[in-house]
Amino acid sequence: MAELLHTIFMTFVSTIRDIAPIAILLVFFQLFVLREKIAHLKRILIGFVYVVAGLALFLIGLDQALFPIGKIMATQLTDPAFITGAANSKVDSTATNQISQEILWWQYYWVYLFAFAIGFSTTIAEPSLIAVSMKANEASGGALSPWGLRIAVAFGVAISIALGAFRIITGTSLAYYMMVGYLLVIIQTVIAPKMIVPLAYDSGGVTTSTVTVPLVTALGLGLASTVPGRSALIDGFGLIALASLFPMITVMAYAQISRFKGTD
Amino acid sequence: MRQFLQTIKNALRDLAPIVLVVAFFQLVVLQQPFPEPGKILVGLLAVVVGLALFIQGLELSLFPLGESMAGALMRKGNLYWLLFFAFALGFGTTVAEPALIAVSNEAARITAMAGVIADTPEAQSGYANGLRLTVAVSVGISLVVGVVRILKGWPIHYIIISGYLVIVGLTQFAPKEIIGVAYDSGGVTTSTITVPLVTALGIGLSTVVKGRNPMIDGFGLIAFASLFPIAFVLLYGMVV
Repeated sequence: MAELLHTIFMTFVSTIRDIAPIAILLVFFQLFVLREKIAHLKRILIGFVYVVAGLALFLIGLDQALFPIGKIMATQLTDPAFITGAANSKVDSTATNQISQEILWWQYYWVYLFAFAIGFSTTIAEPSLIAVSMKANEASGGALSPWGLRIAVAFGVAISIALGAFRIITGTSLAYYMMVGYLLVIIQTVIAPKMIVPLAYDSGGVTTSTVTVPLVTALGLGLASTVPGRSALIDGFGLIALASLFPMITVMAYAQISRFKGTD
Repeated sequence: MRQFLQTIKNALRDLAPIVLVVAFFQLVVLQQPFPEPGKILVGLLAVVVGLALFIQGLELSLFPLGESMAGALMRKGNLYWLLFFAFALGFGTTVAEPALIAVSNEAARITAMAGVIADTPEAQSGYANGLRLTVAVSVGISLVVGVVRILKGWPIHYIIISGYLVIVGLTQFAPKEIIGVAYDSGGVTTSTITVPLVTALGIGLSTVVKGRNPMIDGFGLIAFASLFPIAFVLLYGMVV
């Protein structure tokens, strides 16, 4: 209980610390530069309280309910014993005892599915993406649906995390994946509707935040420490880098599909 | 109140996928029961209420503030204040970011292990602080460049694609230890509170400045803030 209270207190403190520089900057500008009375001051203050309390509650809840189980899950799914067990039960259940056999990349299929599903679902719950999709809907005069954008981004993150898991398992170089990704972004930039390009670039930066990073990092570290020949220090990263790249591609693809269907 | 209930309903829908995924893997794939189901339910309740409150708070404070600041600074007529505001917003929200502090300390440790800097606490904390300031300054510069782009109406893709080329080029010359940190630093700079405010600022500016389109010119600030730090950290690794 004391531990929980401590977590709650620390989360509130860090959320307030997040918002403090913004509050100081805004107050400084209003008082010394703009010298204007802030319109709807009471409403804005209430809004700030909502933002701080909401974000703190959100983080505390994730910390209590989802992160522990998600992290354990990532470790269990990447455990060689689980992988050989899962693979062998399909073929021959008596072979489970032969632990010494080499694990092939496709035998990690539950890991790929988990990577894809967790990338997709955490992105749907990402608060900053919700914020951007609301603004995009408004800026496009309602033409761009918030859900369409969020699903497009979530697919991008899902593909990146699954691909990132494949990269760690096979031990291929991150640089190749990044180069191909950059190349795809450039090609898409040329052929996608012009309206979507800046928003697509932005969606790369907002995807990796409060919900996605902790679970994805756990998956990366789990893989890097259980796959033979990988180092957690060198191979553990890169999932986030891919996750900021592929949403750009899928968001532009979403705009191309919408235009093709004539719905935009 | 009715509006709040609607937000709660939306929050439930936003969180349903992640709950389904975790439940499926726990019960079907791993075939294990949930440990402490009571604690998990209370936690999920906090997540739903928290998300609903946050979204309501955005519409009351960060969104209108970002847009009204853009309008007020443009009316003021002094460009330098607007650029100063952009820089201070980027620098101020990044410099104390806990994720960034963690990443810089980790980078200092790896660099010391590789023998690039002396393996003493002083050298490490000096290196970590330098890295942190580099990232914060680069986010400040990103927002300044982003605001100038909106004012001038420059097309974004030239800047982003040149940024990629610079990063690919620098990657060839930067010390190996710093590359992972550099690519990750792009992801840690944009926090959940900064994103809505910066987005609203960009959209606000593109609505006030004549001849700008919110879709084409308003977005892009976040993209710069996640791209520039990569190049700056690679440079930092080469210089220090």
